[in-house]
Amino acid sequence: MIGLGGALGRVVRSGVSRRRVQTVVIALATMMAVASAVVAGSLVVAANAPFDHAFAHQHGAHLSAQFDAGKVGAADLTATGHLAGVTASAGPYPTATIHPTDGRGGHFPALTVVGRAGPHAAVDDLDLTSGRWAEKPGEIVLSTEFAGPEMTPGFTLAGSDAPGAPILTVVGRARSVSRTAGAWVTPDQVGALASANEPAGLQMLYRFAAAGTDAKVADRRAELVSAVPAGAFLGARSHLDTKRAADGNAAPTIPFLTAFGVLGIAMSVIIVGSVVSGAVGTGLRRIGILKAIGFTPREVVRAYVAQALVPAAVGIGLGVVLGNLMALPLLADTEQVYGDTSLSVAWWVDVLVAVGALVVVGVAALVPALRAGRLRTVEAIAVGRAPRTGRGRWAYRVTGRLPLPRAVTYGLASPFAHPVRTLAMVLAVVFGTVAATFAVGLTASLNAVGDAKDPESRAAVTVLAGAAGGPGGAPAGGPGPAGANAPVPAGGAGPGAGNVPAGGGSSTPADSGRIRDAVAAAPGTATSYGLGYADVTVTGIPGSVRAALYQGDSRPGGYPMIAGHWLDGPGQVVVPTRFLARTGTRIGDTVRVTHQGDVQSLRIVGEAFDTSDDGTRIHADMASFASARPDVYLVGLKPGVDRDRYAADLARVVGPLGGEVLGDTSSGRDDLILVLDAMAALLTLMLVAVAGLGVLNSVVLDTRERVHDLGVCKALGMTPRQTVGLVLASVVGIGVAGGLIGVPVGYALHGYVVPRMGHAAGTNLPPSVLEVYDLPELALLGLAGVAIAALGALLPATWAARTRTATALRTE
Amino acid sequence: MTPVIEFAGVAKRYDTGGAPALGPLDLGVAGGEALAVTGPSGSGKSTLLNLIAGLDRPSEGTVTVAGQRIDGLSEHALARFRREHIGMVFQFFNLLDDLTVSDNIQLPAQLTGTGRRKAAARAGELMEVLGIGKHARAYPGRLSGGERQRVAVARALINRPALLLADEPTGALDSASGADVRELLTELHGDGQTIVLVTHDPALARACASRSIHLVDGHLALDPRAEAVR
Ligand SMILES: Nc1ncnc2c1ncn2[C@@H]1O[C@H](COP(=O)(O)OP(=O)(O)O)[C@@H](O)[C@H]1O
Ligand SMILES: [Mg+2]
Repeated sequence: MIGLGGALGRVVRSGVSRRRVQTVVIALATMMAVASAVVAGSLVVAANAPFDHAFAHQHGAHLSAQFDAGKVGAADLTATGHLAGVTASAGPYPTATIHPTDGRGGHFPALTVVGRAGPHAAVDDLDLTSGRWAEKPGEIVLSTEFAGPEMTPGFTLAGSDAPGAPILTVVGRARSVSRTAGAWVTPDQVGALASANEPAGLQMLYRFAAAGTDAKVADRRAELVSAVPAGAFLGARSHLDTKRAADGNAAPTIPFLTAFGVLGIAMSVIIVGSVVSGAVGTGLRRIGILKAIGFTPREVVRAYVAQALVPAAVGIGLGVVLGNLMALPLLADTEQVYGDTSLSVAWWVDVLVAVGALVVVGVAALVPALRAGRLRTVEAIAVGRAPRTGRGRWAYRVTGRLPLPRAVTYGLASPFAHPVRTLAMVLAVVFGTVAATFAVGLTASLNAVGDAKDPESRAAVTVLAGAAGGPGGAPAGGPGPAGANAPVPAGGAGPGAGNVPAGGGSSTPADSGRIRDAVAAAPGTATSYGLGYADVTVTGIPGSVRAALYQGDSRPGGYPMIAGHWLDGPGQVVVPTRFLARTGTRIGDTVRVTHQGDVQSLRIVGEAFDTSDDGTRIHADMASFASARPDVYLVGLKPGVDRDRYAADLARVVGPLGGEVLGDTSSGRDDLILVLDAMAALLTLMLVAVAGLGVLNSVVLDTRERVHDLGVCKALGMTPRQTVGLVLASVVGIGVAGGLIGVPVGYALHGYVVPRMGHAAGTNLPPSVLEVYDLPELALLGLAGVAIAALGALLPATWAARTRTATALRTE
Repeated sequence: MTPVIEFAGVAKRYDTGGAPALGPLDLGVAGGEALAVTGPSGSGKSTLLNLIAGLDRPSEGTVTVAGQRIDGLSEHALARFRREHIGMVFQFFNLLDDLTVSDNIQLPAQLTGTGRRKAAARAGELMEVLGIGKHARAYPGRLSGGERQRVAVARALINRPALLLADEPTGALDSASGADVRELLTELHGDGQTIVLVTHDPALARACASRSIHLVDGHLALDPRAEAVR
């Protein structure tokens, strides 16, 4: 790097070891900055590329194609794996669509079953997450997207509700990032599961040399279509569509992660830069002496850059290690969230951060070092000798009149003697306070986002109505409405998510009404409303749209509103932001909604914060649709009512009607939110610590320079306590200024960034997410500025108090 | 008369094991005395003064000043002791550049909690007596060496200390200013102020000291009073 032989090496070594605080501060600041950058960077990578990462890990299918087994043979399909541009293929696998039941009349959503001999393949290399692979007929491996929590190995399904349908025992669960199937069986089993209505097909999975864009995938697809007999190609799904569906659920959190990462990295750069340049900028007298004894300007520059780089390199090394250690548990959490099995800190993040930090430190040191190199020797010595310029004397006069102890008023005035250094300290405190304010706000917003999800899970008691099983999620086929890769139990927490047997056609509208009446009549019921999901079509949106239909007063389960109001009568519809964008409608407009042939014109009365179902789920009153019935009743209890007792009592009434009472269905706070909270707390702590180090560094320099004056004061009888008071008082003003600037800036930054993060995720945000600060909290954050400054000054203050006066006075 | 300063077997070592920079020595200074300490550079004069002022602790022996054993006091207690009993004057003045002459003089009084008005009145008095009244609102950087040293003396006297310590007070002054300071110290001694004065300047020692000691390599070479007793 830099030759450190001879005299130069000695100068650098002595500089590093004599200016111990500065050396330690540079090392610590770079360490923390690098560590938080590694954490932030790797989480950004993990958040931005969970799908890509898992997809690459599994050699995911760029295209999964479905063929008619009657029109093309297995050998011809295998040959398609050798088409130009195809780099790998798997299959053909026999496939069938089944409509499984729980054997007691409960229906599950339709399921695409693929026959595979084992989980591993050149394309779509599955992860077996529990149990084992199917080895013989009668065994089935469920996709993790399909399987509910109770479907552990040992659970049995019937292939259909036809008499004599094969019974399938769950032996394991597997994850397919490419979402190629809802379940897997042995290849022989598929034939038995196919029916005349839905004959067996063949599935081929391909990877292409180039598949980054829709156009490229479409080209390959067109070639496949022409490579097989006409009509044999039934359909195919691109990995890009799968990714879009997967990202749809993670999307709201990605901007948050990115914001944290960018914040961490930006603050680190600024603070390391200011610490290093401050450190170099104060050695001027020493520089003058070096030049007086014959150092060339270039040697001086090298010496000073090296004095910063040596501790910085140590800090960077430690920071990378620390960052990796801290990132691992966070990544482990994220991993569960994104369903990826092998997230680790990407090596290139480490390298990038380390190199970046070295460059930042080098540049930050080079600027003042160049100034030092250019400085004329006489000036350098003069600058070091006579630091007093008479600046800020007015401050001493003014503060001297304050009714405060003399040591304190003397300290209060001292920042004005060094405006530049004071400004640097104010900046350090401002950054710390901005970071703290912004991170506190971001955490609160994030929690508000988490709380806004699934308002129906807030119900104390959930009653499954046993009505005709609504159109459940389509777990395997296309991007199902209840996006199965959701980081949270997506959307329809209870019903319709495919994991609760929906009690087939056994109940009647009359039963449903009686359940409703029983719920409403139960003592202890404070609020109750019915909820059912239906697939509807809406003019302006191709395909089907998922509708949440409410019966009764649904306000307890209402989503946070961005604009307008929640449903308060029939003929109304509440929609999310993306719905408005996609249909080009506004609040007050009317949309035509069709449910099972029943066309209704509904007026949009509100814009809700709801990102489920890819941000197009609509909410309407069930009374608008004659044929709709609730799947579930959601109950709020009167204060003091015991939930378990209530649930047990109600179960006795609704049980005979085909209803089922669930106690606590809330899933607790979302894992990802917890991860982000932890990360926000960590980054905030680090940034505040680094800001404190920046102040520490400046105060140390300041104190060192004033050690002679302090010695005089001590000789005149200033006690150690008064000395500490003096040094602390000299930063209090800085802390207050930093807080006064930092809090509003952090507040404004939050107000600017958060709505944009929402837009990135395709939604506006409700006040509960945007307006998260309250006044006492802001005041407290302002005090944080003072605390940062005081903490940074405490060490030099005690050091100043302890320095032997006789030694201090010898410093001339 | 009880001695204001009493050293018993006092030695000061800066590096453990090495030869002491000062002592071991016994020394007494009575109230109203003006003791001149002379000796070549590095002979331990400043060390002696620092021990009296409680700026440093002896490696051996006991130091009693103004009736207090100070060798075992805490930093806090030493600071309080200093501001009540000791006034110090240095070769290079050691005034605070950012404070006006008047504020510099008031500082020790304010450190003891004296009210601003009272401190200002006392400072005004001293400035009048020392002939620097017209510089009250000036900054030390604008003053001549002699004037600065007068400011330093005023600052040393503001708390009416039992003991005035001066370390080469004329060392940085031209001969005219030096004579000025010499006169001032002589007057103070005449008014009964106990003084310990470190100096290279035989004229200063002769003019204002009632007694002289000479240090060589940290040892007492000559104590006129001790000789007289013998
Ligand atoms: N803080 C110190 N650390 C180490 N040695 C010191 C210190 N102060 C003084 N000395 C040494 O002690 C001896 C006496 O110093 P000092 O009392 O300053 O002499 P004088 O004031 O007579 O010139 C010298 O040799 C000096 O180098
Ligand atoms: Mg000396």
